[in-house]
Amino acid sequence: MLLEINDLKVSYGKIQAIKGISLNIKAGEIVTLVGANGAGKTTLLKTISGILKPAAGVIKFDGKDIQGIAPHNRVLEGLCQAPEGRGIFPGMTVLENLEMGKYARKDWKSELSEDIERIYTLFPRLKERQSQAGGTLSGGEQQMLSIGRALMSRPRLLLLDEPSMGLAPMFIQQIFKIIREIQSQGVSILLVEQNAAQALSCANRAYILETGNIVKEGAGKDLLNDDAIKKAYLGTGA
Amino acid sequence: MDFSILWTEFFGLTLDGIVVGAIYALVSLGYTLVYGVLRLINFAHSEIFMIGTFTSLGLSIVFGFTGLEEPLGIVLFLLVFLVMALASGIVSGMSAVLLEFVAYRRLRRRGASRLSSLISAIGASFFLVEFYRLTTESKDWDFPRMLSKDPIFSISSAYFTLDKIIILLGAFGLMFGLDRIINKTRLGRGIRAVSQDEKTAILMGVNVDRVISFTFLVGGVLAGFASTFYMLFYESTKFNVGFLLGISAFTAAVLGGIGNIRGALVGSFVLGLIQQYSSVVLGYNWRDVVTFVILVFVLLFKPTGLFGEALQRARV
Repeated sequence: MLLEINDLKVSYGKIQAIKGISLNIKAGEIVTLVGANGAGKTTLLKTISGILKPAAGVIKFDGKDIQGIAPHNRVLEGLCQAPEGRGIFPGMTVLENLEMGKYARKDWKSELSEDIERIYTLFPRLKERQSQAGGTLSGGEQQMLSIGRALMSRPRLLLLDEPSMGLAPMFIQQIFKIIREIQSQGVSILLVEQNAAQALSCANRAYILETGNIVKEGAGKDLLNDDAIKKAYLGTGA
Repeated sequence: MDFSILWTEFFGLTLDGIVVGAIYALVSLGYTLVYGVLRLINFAHSEIFMIGTFTSLGLSIVFGFTGLEEPLGIVLFLLVFLVMALASGIVSGMSAVLLEFVAYRRLRRRGASRLSSLISAIGASFFLVEFYRLTTESKDWDFPRMLSKDPIFSISSAYFTLDKIIILLGAFGLMFGLDRIINKTRLGRGIRAVSQDEKTAILMGVNVDRVISFTFLVGGVLAGFASTFYMLFYESTKFNVGFLLGISAFTAAVLGGIGNIRGALVGSFVLGLIQQYSSVVLGYNWRDVVTFVILVFVLLFKPTGLFGEALQRARV
């Protein structure tokens, strides 16, 4: 098991945002977490990355409890996140943003150009824009940059927070295609999405999150055909 | 008001404005870098500069140069000056790191409001000033003239003396070095990342505490070098030397757009020139009044400084 979460609880002050979640991700899987706004999806990702501290529960990565590992050191464990809102460094060029993906390694300059080339193969658009400031890119380009930057750290588990948010349909198709391509390169993915139709058809397995609880889990394709889910998330009720 | 002197002395005033601006620039970088990563005005930064001036002065006493009558030979001078600048840089740099550790870090860990940090900054500043007031007997300390101030060459009314040339070369060298550090080294990239988006920086593996310490170190070292340049140029220091210089450097940083490195540099030279020009037109005593008026007007009417919104977003 690559990621194992057991009975996780997270609170903001007195408000409990996550009320005891258990989930797991096997190596090589795409697992998606689908839920409405405020269901606790981003909270969960922030807790896995260490930005938020859980009130209770265990997070194991590759069999190891990561609670004691400082947030900035979790990248070295093989966990990297493309955050909600993309988190592009606006004043850095595209190339510098990508290089930030290797910041965690003291030897970040070794094999740097190979890693950059790898990302440019996946996102040729970024190469065209490489000396442009990150803040001047379009939303879709920023999303590519955000994912590309996370991949620079050579993660074993990639955490994606709403990669399709605010993007034109053409870009959404492209992003999901690339997510599958990343999986084929051996990276596991935890995908948080509001766009349930795309996320479920892309994922191996899925969890449905409602107000801090997991209410359903199963194979992505099965949930895609589940009547209750169709009604609540896909807007195509039977 | 006498404008005619402005025209006859124009080149000389311009040269001095640039020299003074170069010293401001090195100090204002410390304000702007720290503001970038912490969104905090480090009001004790002027005291970091003051500590540097006393480090240079202390060395001149240790070397036995007090009351020096003949200037040193150029080679010996450069050697001595380099030792002084390095020592001041190290002492100021370490003091700045210590300051952050004592006055800010615990507050930050506890998630204290920015106002608390500001008060802590002012408290640290008072502590340092009073400490130096007591240990230096509140008096003016003269720095020996180790270098002849006869002009090497002149352009109209601008007399290029060795000290001005050394300050200009040194300051531009340091600015260039800072540019390399910020843009090419790992910790420099960390400073930029934390300035632009702290949360994402953590996700990329940036150790924010370490970056903050490094920022204070860089700012302190620059202020230390600036203090040795200052001593060479003005040849005197006092426990409160940091106050007016700090206000000028801070005004320069605000004028350029606080948090913006290029802004701090441009703001410093602009302020240095304005001070020189206005002090002959209005009288030297008005120099600091002009500085304060600029500070108040920038804060009132253009808080983003000369470089405005666009560069403000593209911080550091």
